Amino acid sequence: MADSTPTASEAAATGDDPDVPDIDLPSDAFDAVLDELGDPDDPDDELRFEGFTVAVSGDGRAGDADARYVLDPAGDDPRTGLSERDLHAALAERAAAVTDWYVFERVVGEFGPRRAFLRWIEDADGATVAARYAALAAGVERAWGQLRITARVTDRGERRYEVRHEADAGVPREELTVHDDPLDARDIVKLDERGRYRPLKTAPTLRGGWIFPDVGPKAVYETVETIYPATIANWHREREGELDVSHWRETMERQSGIYGVIRTWDRGEGYEHVNWVAEACCDDSQCLKRREWEYDDETDLDVDGGDGVFPCREPCSVVVSAARKWTRLESEQSRTYAFELTPSEKEQLEAIVDAVADGRIDEIREADTKEGANRYRARFLRAKLFDEDGNLGGVPTDPDDE
Amino acid sequence: MQSLVIVAHGSHLNPESSAPTYAHADTIRASGAFDEVKTGFWKEEPHFREVLRTVEGDEVYVVPLFVSEGYFTEQVIPRELRLEGWDVSEWDSDGLSADQATLVAEDVDREVHYCGPVGTHRAMTDVIVRRAESVTGDSDVGEGFGLAVVGHGTERNENSAKAIEYHADRIAERDRFDEVEALYMDEDPEVDDLPEYFESDDVVLVPLFIADGYHTQEDIPEDVGLCEDHTEGYDVPTAVDGTRIWYAGAVGTEPLMADVILERAADAGADLGDALATVRETTRVAAGD
Repeated sequence: MADSTPTASEAAATGDDPDVPDIDLPSDAFDAVLDELGDPDDPDDELRFEGFTVAVSGDGRAGDADARYVLDPAGDDPRTGLSERDLHAALAERAAAVTDWYVFERVVGEFGPRRAFLRWIEDADGATVAARYAALAAGVERAWGQLRITARVTDRGERRYEVRHEADAGVPREELTVHDDPLDARDIVKLDERGRYRPLKTAPTLRGGWIFPDVGPKAVYETVETIYPATIANWHREREGELDVSHWRETMERQSGIYGVIRTWDRGEGYEHVNWVAEACCDDSQCLKRREWEYDDETDLDVDGGDGVFPCREPCSVVVSAARKWTRLESEQSRTYAFELTPSEKEQLEAIVDAVADGRIDEIREADTKEGANRYRARFLRAKLFDEDGNLGGVPTDPDDE
Repeated sequence: MQSLVIVAHGSHLNPESSAPTYAHADTIRASGAFDEVKTGFWKEEPHFREVLRTVEGDEVYVVPLFVSEGYFTEQVIPRELRLEGWDVSEWDSDGLSADQATLVAEDVDREVHYCGPVGTHRAMTDVIVRRAESVTGDSDVGEGFGLAVVGHGTERNENSAKAIEYHADRIAERDRFDEVEALYMDEDPEVDDLPEYFESDDVVLVPLFIADGYHTQEDIPEDVGLCEDHTEGYDVPTAVDGTRIWYAGAVGTEPLMADVILERAADAGADLGDALATVRETTRVAAGD
């Protein structure tokens, strides 16, 4: 035999790379090879696999009983005149490369974001088939927001995926609620673990306790896109160098109706207000997207955009809605109010703002009166400092009300 | 590959706002009429701005799950979807007759069929009637009953009242209910005075809203007098000033809405096979069978 290049399975058998799994060539993968070779739109084409090509030799047509094939290992003598049976035997020896082709060309398909995402999971554009199949046999893990995605290969070369919450890493499957329909994820993302509505799907408040233990390539893509909508599409565009970022200024200029007022907040006096918005809403503690939008295309914000794997390409609807409120509030002129506070009372007000801003209210124990944001402490402060109209220090908000 | 994109308002505050959109998308998925069915929102994700980039198909139908033509269907959605060269004259509508416009969505550099809203489609009339059947549990409801179709009124959008009147007139022409009235929340005839507009002892009240939320769960029940405070809840029916009011809640939650979405896509050229018949059958009210 002219073919002396060891295939992945041969290498596994000889101990060169003991972790590469044995793959049985499924008939649907072999049929797809014949189908591709017999494509009437592309009759002369050779089919490329990692390490070799296959083509029809002579005038025959792939799939016909008398067709002959040629298998050409790069840098080696081609094997010609193969019958369909010979071809099957040769491809069965190279089942890893053939099933890899089959998975991405026929199962995953062309759709850019899905294909790029599934190839990224197993580093299909960097690692060899042998290295990937060895890694997939053990399980390849990827993080996406708060998700842990584990990819595996079956002994027929198929890809199977598990999706779970990162906090559930290591939790036995039987302790988690099992799902297999990607659309089930709509219910998972709706409420946080305390039953509160999540208006922003990329907030780091995804609840755990569930698992998609065994889904195929299309379903894993749909599941991730249901949990974090459009994140794969935007990540893909970014990788292609085509992410269409809309900065703060142009996004607010575009608004109409009740949101049209936001553009008046940009007064040509700097962008500090947008720093505050980004610090309030876009910090990694609030949203897992990596903020790529800035004040405008010449003016970067001063706050960190975060470390998320997927980008944020424009201020989202939550930011726009909040900005409308802040535009109103920030149009007010500041006034000087005089209050008498003890040093501890001043610090307590700061502690209360911090606790609310950091979402720590529920962590503060009922009897922990050392915490300024403790409920009894707050009630004491109110009892002492607020008048019957709720005015701090008895000072009316509007001096005319005095 | 044929794709359907249902676009709806959604909410930052109400977790159930998107529920009808998802339910109708599921019904249409099950019908097999489209290779994919996607949903996009103004207040949820994927946003209108990004939904088209999640779509794989090359024959794309966008159907707005809104009750009338106006600000959202004419300005917000076309702008956010980035429909190149959109002008409301593309629809050549009198406020009720928008059907579809085929435009390139700049975001994906692909043509999409941008359809008129579900609320003004003639098939919506059937959904209002079906809603009345559902809430009364009677697939023949009509005799001895009045029907009130309720909407915002013109304060925010002049076309809102047009849609209400259009469907009320069509239902009246069928002679199925003893009386049919169009009532409004912010103009005369006001829904607050419902018993004054009907002689029938029983009146089904169907609000022309897409999702249950503030207007349908708090405003209308309190204004009509079904309850003092919406947190108390109310019975169906509830007697108010001698009229038994069968309050249906948002018509958009009725499963037959999926049919109107399909009708919109079909009017724009989508090939639906027998999906329309299937959906009309599978969403039929069980109580009448």
